[in-house]
Amino acid sequence: MTVVQVVRSEWTKIRSVASTVWTLSLAVVVTVALGMLISALTDREFGRLGPADRLSFDPTLISFAGMSLGQLAMIVFGVLVVSNEYSTGMIRTSLAAVPRRGTFLLGKIAPATALALLVSLATAFAAFFLGQAMLDEHGTSIGEPGVLRAVIGGGLYMTLIAVFSMGVAAMLRFPMLSLGTLMPFFFLISGVLGNVPATEKVGRFLPDQAGRRIMQVVPPAGDDTPYGPWGGLGIMALWVLAALVGGYVLLRRRDA
Amino acid sequence: MIEIEGLTKRYGEKVAVNNLTFTVRPGLVTGFLGPNGAGKSTTMRMILGLDRPTTGDVRIDGTRYDRLEDPLTYIGALLDAKAVHGGRSAYHHLLCLAQSNGIPASRVGEVLDTVGLKAVARRKAKNFSLGMGQRLGIAGALLGDPRILMFDEPVNGLDPEGIHWIRTLMQTLAAEGRTVFVSSHLMSEMAVTAEHLVVIGQGRLLADTSMADFIRRNSRSYVRVRTPQREQLLDALRTEGITPAGADDGALEVDGVRPEHLGELAARHGIVLHELSPRQASLEEAFMRLTAESVEYHAHTGPASSPPSGQWGAGWRKGS
Repeated sequence: MTVVQVVRSEWTKIRSVASTVWTLSLAVVVTVALGMLISALTDREFGRLGPADRLSFDPTLISFAGMSLGQLAMIVFGVLVVSNEYSTGMIRTSLAAVPRRGTFLLGKIAPATALALLVSLATAFAAFFLGQAMLDEHGTSIGEPGVLRAVIGGGLYMTLIAVFSMGVAAMLRFPMLSLGTLMPFFFLISGVLGNVPATEKVGRFLPDQAGRRIMQVVPPAGDDTPYGPWGGLGIMALWVLAALVGGYVLLRRRDA
Repeated sequence: MIEIEGLTKRYGEKVAVNNLTFTVRPGLVTGFLGPNGAGKSTTMRMILGLDRPTTGDVRIDGTRYDRLEDPLTYIGALLDAKAVHGGRSAYHHLLCLAQSNGIPASRVGEVLDTVGLKAVARRKAKNFSLGMGQRLGIAGALLGDPRILMFDEPVNGLDPEGIHWIRTLMQTLAAEGRTVFVSSHLMSEMAVTAEHLVVIGQGRLLADTSMADFIRRNSRSYVRVRTPQREQLLDALRTEGITPAGADDGALEVDGVRPEHLGELAARHGIVLHELSPRQASLEEAFMRLTAESVEYHAHTGPASSPPSGQWGAGWRKGS
């Protein structure tokens, strides 16, 4: 039994269920469309911005505004890839076919990550170019310093969100439990912790807040974030790694 | 060959499987019999490495399951027909299993043909009937053309045609020299499919015997006699060297003697008989008797005080 065989098998699983198509399409459509909408609105309201706001105006980040909602679809994709096995009972068939659990998890995560990366990069580039088109003369171009890094980083960010969800789902097993943990975490808790002054310093080490740093080209005024764009992505990657290790340890120890 | 050695599985305080040791040999159908909750499915999950034994060991052709290179080519199993992603087609379900074990994709069509699902290969599994789901599970078990096949309650909920098909399939597989290990909670089912029998109750091994031997020992015939002159009949029997067993209602049960002989004997001694009837204990009774003490959930009909053996074992005594 080789990892290549398992990867091929898991790729067949991913492409033969409907949820793959609708979660990923939703991630693309929501991220790009919402990004365009907010870019267009910003363009219209640009004249009302004060001088300080204009100074820290970040057209690249504006075009990624849809990602906060679009990432939820990525979370659903990541969760379903893993937890489908448990909710359907397929896990027993799968582990009987691939009893080495590390090989099984690796073979499952790898093709799902590759697909998420492909879709995320396409989404990031589409969101950027269409968002800049909406921003018109207030927009930026891919050739400006830091912009290409931010766009590629946006794709990596979305990918890592999906992989983090896979790791959490491997730990929690069941889709409703996994989604019920991840959705409030990213949609509420992270936001609250990041915006309340008392917890802000902790909040920015959370995976999404640290990872989002890479999409900034113009830092906000008075920015004292203790890490740079790649540092932030690194922090996020550590979270992802921790989730995957946790998933692996539990998968190994548990009865199927 | 499946070798099980001292296998024990404990869930907290509860012992699901208790120090099981037996071997499933090639070339015959081995029945794995036990009441519901006896630990059959747990044992089968441990054979496949899905559940980790608390102690003990399982070997598949001498190797631990998770050390098998492409396990589906050694042992194919149907544990739960519902262990399928309902949104996936039968074809893709089998294809992903085949790919994980390096089995050529052409084999998917072959097994779909064998189980009679070729026409619905592209249909989603959630639209399958119970029987079709069972056939899909069996197709998955046959995929790697394994030498060992294991089925957990394969006829549960099937129509007579499906039951007949599975029985024939298991016998065909065994005739090809494969090891076939099949569980059931129905003795009658085992009697028509299995040549060897492993019986468990509350996780413990109760019998490991050939079916022929089990029938010879357990499905004995006897004669039931009822008389108002019980002591005289006992004396008469004793002179013939016959030791009868007493039934609960005061009747006598006599082994190995034809009813004609008993009637003539009674007549010679002038004993009145109220009943003289040849009886045969069914295998089902034998099985229930064997597992009576180990059944987890008794259905108490009638007076709660009456012991289960009185209800189930009536008319049956262990053969001398």
